[in-house]
Amino acid sequence: MRTIQFREALREAMNEEMRRDKSVFLMGEEVAEYNGAYKVSQGMLDEFGPERVIDTPIAELGFAGIGVGAAMNGLRPIVEFMTWNFAILAADQIINSAAKMLQMSGGQFNVPIVFRGGNGQAGQLAATHSQSFEAFYAHVPGLKVLTPSNPYDAKGLLKSAIRDNDPVVFLESEKMYGDKGEVPEGEYLIPIGKANIARKGDAITIVSFGKIMKVVLEAADELAKDGIQCEVIDLRTIRPFDVETVIESVKKTNRCVVVDESWPYASVSSEVAYRIQRDAFDYLDAPVLRATQTDTPFPFTPNLIEIAIPTVGGVVRLVKESLYLV
Amino acid sequence: MAQKTASKKLDFSKEVYLKWYKDILLMRRFEETCGNLYLQQKFGGFCHLYIGQEAIAAGFASAMHKGDKIITAYRDHAHPLALGMHPKYVMAELYGKSTGCSKGKGGSMHMFSKELNMMGGHGIVGAQIPMGAGIAFAEKYNGTKNVCLTFMGDGAVRQGALHETFNMAMLWKLPVVFIVENNNYAMGTSVARTTNVTDLSKLGLSYDMPGESVDGMSVEAVHNAIKKAADHAREGNGPYLLDIRTYRYKGHSMSDPQKYRSKDEVKEYKDKDPLSQVLNTILEQGWLKDADVQKIEADIKDMVEESVKFAEDSPMPDESELYTDIYSHDDYPYIMD
Ligand SMILES: Cc1ncc(C[n+]2csc(CCOP(=O)(O)OP(=O)(O)O)c2C)c(N)n1
Ligand SMILES: [Mg+2]
Repeated sequence: MRTIQFREALREAMNEEMRRDKSVFLMGEEVAEYNGAYKVSQGMLDEFGPERVIDTPIAELGFAGIGVGAAMNGLRPIVEFMTWNFAILAADQIINSAAKMLQMSGGQFNVPIVFRGGNGQAGQLAATHSQSFEAFYAHVPGLKVLTPSNPYDAKGLLKSAIRDNDPVVFLESEKMYGDKGEVPEGEYLIPIGKANIARKGDAITIVSFGKIMKVVLEAADELAKDGIQCEVIDLRTIRPFDVETVIESVKKTNRCVVVDESWPYASVSSEVAYRIQRDAFDYLDAPVLRATQTDTPFPFTPNLIEIAIPTVGGVVRLVKESLYLV
Repeated sequence: MAQKTASKKLDFSKEVYLKWYKDILLMRRFEETCGNLYLQQKFGGFCHLYIGQEAIAAGFASAMHKGDKIITAYRDHAHPLALGMHPKYVMAELYGKSTGCSKGKGGSMHMFSKELNMMGGHGIVGAQIPMGAGIAFAEKYNGTKNVCLTFMGDGAVRQGALHETFNMAMLWKLPVVFIVENNNYAMGTSVARTTNVTDLSKLGLSYDMPGESVDGMSVEAVHNAIKKAADHAREGNGPYLLDIRTYRYKGHSMSDPQKYRSKDEVKEYKDKDPLSQVLNTILEQGWLKDADVQKIEADIKDMVEESVKFAEDSPMPDESELYTDIYSHDDYPYIMD
C-alpha cells in the first residue's frame, strides 16, 4: 500500500469532501495563499479558488462565529485554527454557540462544522503554545471530539467529521503532520465513536489516543520483548467515548494503564479510570494507573520537557507496576 | 545607503544620536547572531527576528520616561535591550538557561523584567492589547504619571479585543499609547489582504481616539511621535494610537520562504535602513571618525560574543524548577501520580 504523510491524508479528506459537496469550504489563517501554516491545505486554493479556500485575518473569535452562522444557514465549514491554543479565543463560539444550538433551537438548527488544527505540545514553544484540549472540549455536551493518531485514521475520521451533522472538534498535531503511514487509494470512512484495538494482547490494557500513541506502541514493543503482551486501545474518538471496547478488553486483561498527554486533573484519563472502576470493578487485579503530563504549565527547556510528558520508559515502568513486577 | 540630509538642522544632540546608534547596532548584531545560532540549532523553539524594525525600539527608549511600562508581542528580543538589559540575559533566555531574564521558562517569545518595566513578550496574538490598558489602569488608579507603551503587530489589530479595549481605554481615559509596529505582514498576509481600511491610524476613530501614522524607519520620527503621544496620555487626555510603518527584513520566523513579497520591496526598505540613516547623520556631523565607528562595532561584537558565552556556560533550570513559579506559594499540592 502507498504511504503518505499525515498532512496529505488530511488534505485528501478535505479535497474529496469538497469535490463531493459544494457546501463544504475551508477557512482559517494562512490556509489559502500561504498553503497553510503547516502545509496541510497545500494546493487547495488552486483547485477550489478563493470562494472556498479562504484566508482570514487573525480573528479567531470572529471567524469561528462566522463559521457557526454559515453552518446554521446550510453550509458545512471546515475552520482551521493554526493551533488549538489560539482557538481559546474562539471558545465562546465553539462552546456557547455551536454546541448549544440544536438543543436551544428545539432541534431546528444543527451546526455541521469541523474545527480542526494542531493540538498539544510541539517542542520548545513554551506554555501557552503547548496545550492539549481533549478534556476541555470533551467536557461539553453537544460537541464531538476526535483525536487521530496516524494518517489512515486522520483521513477516515476527517471525512466522517465533515459529513457529520454536528460540531466536531478535530485535534491534530504539528508534530504528526510529517508522520508517514499507509493510506489506501480511494475512499473510506472511519466511524466516529469507535475505538481501534491497535495491538492485541492479554497481559494488560493500555488506553491512549492522539500523538502519544506513538510512545505507547513503542512501549508495547519493549514490553513484548519481556513477554508482556499489551492490548493497546486507541480511542480515536474522545467524545463519544467507546466504553464498550475498553471494558471488554479490561475484562480480559484485568489491568489497565491510561496514557494521556494532557494534564491529570479532570482529564480523559480520569474519565476512563472512572468508567473502568464503575463497569469492571470485579475484574480488576490492580488499580487503574495513568501516565499524563505533569500537573504544571508546559515547560520551555528540553530537560524539563523530558520529565513533563509520558515517555516510553515511563509507560514501561507503569505497566510493570500494574503487573506488580516492580 | 540612506539619502544625504546634509546641512539639515538637527533636533537632537550628539549624545542622543550616539545612543541611538549604539542601541540599534547592538540590536542588529545581537539579532544577526541569534539567527545564526538558531540555524546552528544552538537553541530551539521559535525565533522571530526584529531586524529592520530597530528604529522603533531605539525611539521608544529615548522618548519614554523612567517609570513608564512596556508590553509587547512575541517579537521581543530588542525591547529589553532598548530598556537597557544586558544582552546576555536575553541570550540566556533564548537558550532556556536559568540565568535568562525569565529564568529560562519563557524562551524567545516571553522576555520579562520587572526591574526594567518590561511586562513581557506575549505569544498569543493580541493578548497584550487589553493587558497594556490594564497596566495603564493601575498607573492611573495609583495616581502616578506613568504611561504604558503597548506594542502590537499589524496582524494583531484584527483581534476583537482591540476594539473592546480601545473603547474602555477611551471611556476611562487610561494613560496608554497603543503602538502598531506595522511591518505590513502578519506571517504571509499583507495588511491589504485583511482589511479595506489599510490606514491603521484610523482604527480608533469610532472611539474618538487620536491616531497618526509614523515613518518607522526614522528614529527621529518615532521618538517624536511616541513622546507626543505619551505626553498626551500622561497629561490625563487618554490613549493615543500610533501606526508606525516599519519592515522586517527577515522572514516571519526562521522557517518562512517569504514567497508573499518581492525582493524589490525588501530592497526599498533596506534603502531606508535605520542603522545606516543614524550612522550617516553622525558621520555627516563629524561626530565620529571611521576609527571610532570601528571601535564601537568591535565593542558591540565583544558584548554579543560575551552574551553567547554566558548563555552557553549557564546551567539549564534544575529539574525541581518544573514545579516552581506556578503558584505564589511553595506548598501547592500538585497531583503527583
Ligand atoms: C491568537 C493567535 N492566533 C494565531 C497565532 C499564530 N501567529 C503567530 S504570529 C502571527 C502573525 C502576527 O503578525 P503581526 O501581528 O503583524 O506581528 P509580526 O509578526 O509582524 O511582528 C500569527 C498568526 C498566535 N500566536 N496567536
Ligand atoms: Mg506584522
